[in-house]
Amino acid sequence: MRRSFVVLAACLSLTACGGTAADRKPGDASAGEQSAASATLTIWADQKRSETLKPFAEAFAEENGVKAEIVVVAQGQQQTFVTASQAGKGPDVLVGAHDWIGNLVQNGLIEPIHMTEDQQSGYVDVARKAVTYDGQVYGVPYAVENLALYRNTDLVPDAPATFDELIATGRELKEKGEVEQIVGYPISQQNGQSGDTYHMYPLYTSGGAHLFGTKPNGDPDPADLGVGTPASIAAFKKIAALGEKGAGALKRSFTSDNSAAMFVQGKTAFLVAGPWRLTEVRTAGVKYDVTPVPAFKDGDPARGFVGVQAFFVASKGRNKALAQEFVTNTLASADVAKALFDAEPRMPALKTALEYAAAKDPDVAKFEAAARDGVPLPAIPQMVAVWQPFNALIHSIVKGDPVEPAVKAAGKAIAEQLGQTE
Amino acid sequence: MTVTHGPRSRPRRAVPSREGAGRDRFPGPGSTAATLGRVLALGLIIGVALWAAAPLVSARQWIGVGIVAGVTALAVYVYMSPRRLPAKYLLPATLLLVAFQVFPVLYTMSLALTNIGDGHLGTKQEAIAAIEASSVRREPGSAEYRLTVAETDGSLVFLLADPARRRAYAGTEDGLREIRGASFGAGGRVTAAEGYTVLTPAQAAARGEEVSSFAVPVDGGAIRAQGLTRAYEGRATLGYDVGCDCVSDGTTTWRADDERGRFTAPDGTSLAQGWKVGVGWANLTAALTNPKINTHFLGVFVWNLCYAIAVVGLTAALGVAAALVLHHPRMRGVRIYRTLVVLPYAMPAFAMLLVWRDMFNTDFGLVNRMLGVDVDWLGTPLTARVSVLLVQVWLGFPYMFLVATGALQTIPAEYLEAAQVDGATAWQRFRVVTLPLLLLALAPLLVSSFAFNFNNFNGVFLVTAGGPFPSDNPTVGATDLLITYTFRLAFGEQGAQYGLASAISIYVYLIVAVISIIGFRRTRAFKEVS
Repeated sequence: MRRSFVVLAACLSLTACGGTAADRKPGDASAGEQSAASATLTIWADQKRSETLKPFAEAFAEENGVKAEIVVVAQGQQQTFVTASQAGKGPDVLVGAHDWIGNLVQNGLIEPIHMTEDQQSGYVDVARKAVTYDGQVYGVPYAVENLALYRNTDLVPDAPATFDELIATGRELKEKGEVEQIVGYPISQQNGQSGDTYHMYPLYTSGGAHLFGTKPNGDPDPADLGVGTPASIAAFKKIAALGEKGAGALKRSFTSDNSAAMFVQGKTAFLVAGPWRLTEVRTAGVKYDVTPVPAFKDGDPARGFVGVQAFFVASKGRNKALAQEFVTNTLASADVAKALFDAEPRMPALKTALEYAAAKDPDVAKFEAAARDGVPLPAIPQMVAVWQPFNALIHSIVKGDPVEPAVKAAGKAIAEQLGQTE
Repeated sequence: MTVTHGPRSRPRRAVPSREGAGRDRFPGPGSTAATLGRVLALGLIIGVALWAAAPLVSARQWIGVGIVAGVTALAVYVYMSPRRLPAKYLLPATLLLVAFQVFPVLYTMSLALTNIGDGHLGTKQEAIAAIEASSVRREPGSAEYRLTVAETDGSLVFLLADPARRRAYAGTEDGLREIRGASFGAGGRVTAAEGYTVLTPAQAAARGEEVSSFAVPVDGGAIRAQGLTRAYEGRATLGYDVGCDCVSDGTTTWRADDERGRFTAPDGTSLAQGWKVGVGWANLTAALTNPKINTHFLGVFVWNLCYAIAVVGLTAALGVAAALVLHHPRMRGVRIYRTLVVLPYAMPAFAMLLVWRDMFNTDFGLVNRMLGVDVDWLGTPLTARVSVLLVQVWLGFPYMFLVATGALQTIPAEYLEAAQVDGATAWQRFRVVTLPLLLLALAPLLVSSFAFNFNNFNGVFLVTAGGPFPSDNPTVGATDLLITYTFRLAFGEQGAQYGLASAISIYVYLIVAVISIIGFRRTRAFKEVS
């Protein structure tokens, strides 16, 4: 009895672990067993990029006699990358946005990429600047995104020269009953509850204000904070004049989604959005044109934030040399940039691919023109101190609260937070 | 219990043996079925243990292996024999308690004593490595070499081709040496050279760590690999010196500050890359002394208390009321009504919260459109608070309804009939008979519902995100609970400060614990009713 029991238990445990071992084998990149013969290059990307990059990764793997695996990370990519890398389970290559660089560098998680001057000059200026942090290039850029003004050409044949003209036109159309809202300008984040700094920035800069000054090496300078200054108060007064207690053009109920919905349904003649709305607008069949976001009359140019998508090499990846090779040679190629453009119409960062894209799609050149005045979204980690107070400030201003105390309070909150993160 | 002790009514002493009357109905300890069941269970335990131990062994986590072995041994000891019955129930409960309660609490406490957060995640060694690696600058205008990774006598060699001058060099840790008679391939790379074995890409990739850290010293810098086919001449601008425990670029010196986990220059500026250090009680005291945190603590705390009490009170009142109505004997269509009432409970709360949020939108929301009003629901403090309460009551009352419905079935009809005979009015019957008996069942749930709603992060964060924020103080919103407020303070958009967040969550934990203990003590009072 006792003996049969032991034998039975042994059999059971053997089958149990045999089964699990077999289950775990395919596709378990994090298992840690890596034979010397075949390294596995792990790439993290979002859904769309994964599909596009897959054939290139496979070709690279075959050519070099290694394995490549693309993992789709749909949500919270930066945070997941930080946590996973710290635990030694991160990827070798990461696809992401350039404004992660500051945080990833302070956590020691991405490697510099040493490109020659020749290679660097192949990229559009704003993309090159965006991936350069503290004088060092940290990513290979592939796409550039920025805001522009979509205009319904049936309702408004000519592009407005200034933002004031845009408001006047929009208001006229509204009074005639042709549209419901003056402009589709996203004021709130998707959650509807806090302001949207990214979309507000063109108007804020056109009002003559800035967020951070610039260091000699081109990085934003957290010591020179532009929020709370007289210039920023003046800029927000101009914005407040368009808000709920002013012209009623900017409203807190506008988010990126419902603004775009209004535009495609013909409920507004103008929409401030990025190239990610192109597909939606085209599908809806609205006759449209894309022009730069206009500046205030007698104002500074409207400098929107430019976001750059890039490939990064993880410092804590197991195959750094291989990852560098893949990123600098395969992913930096024009073929990849073109394939990524074909998958989603975003302006390529590589000049040769940009020519290809512009020939294929006239809107690319229009977005490129809109990016000319743009500034790269600051990548310094201190930006985390800005978002929350600045977002809240935008809501207060558009709501119609007194401008000066609100701007000063936000400036103080940011400065305090900067002191804490230092 | 019936298995070993037989039916409860039988006096225990009178049972002649442990395998008494129950034997023919239940498999006793000696039966084949019981043995088989035990064998299966033990096999499963050992199987799980081996499954858990395999990755730990391969990762050389001997402490983990020890824990797995200890727990398995204990489990086998307990379940091997038909005796040790209490332990059979206690063991899994204790293990789950340790794994899901004790360990997270202790781990949170251990994190609260460090400065862990963005910029302070790893060790000092990792920070130094990151500082040095990111300080390597390419020499402006220097040549780019085409790289071939090779080896000689097992040690790594860089075969470097200078395409412009069609020359080949062998780079070792001693320096650069020109080689003659090398053959070049496509792209100008060296494909073969006498005395060197060229590695395939896969072989080179397998020695990736070595390739990445390999540096061929040349005048004023070193040649390093950029991938597997290119190399560049660069110079590390920052270097760590063990002697002074500092990082220097030749002009500025950043000294290690082991209390704050970063390298700091005399002018007070620090290098971005820091490391994790113990900070003692600093985070725990900061939560009390830092004016940024504690000035708003009281206001947030009071609203948080009101929110939790209001949600519990309203959901309970509504749930009990609905249950009473549907419990009435003359009520028709009870099943349909019950199904409809329970519906909000059956839907995913996460999605419903987002739907409610959009329904409150001033210009496009369903609420304003249906009512034909223009209320800025989530934009003013009062309406935003009403809104979050409304949403949570809608989400929460079906649960109370379900519990109350169940409890109502257990109240014997005779009590109410007796009260009626005594001439009690309907209200008196409810007040004196039904409610106390209902509370008997509901009270513990009210306490746990309070604890849940006190920390109801989703209920607030997904609807208002803590807002609206007053314009003179953008850090604390009108509907902020302690948990959403500290979340924003510690991670939200402010960069992750896990140490501080852990310290504050300990305080929230203590608050909830104290309130729950008081609550559970109070519920004992109800027991005296029965």
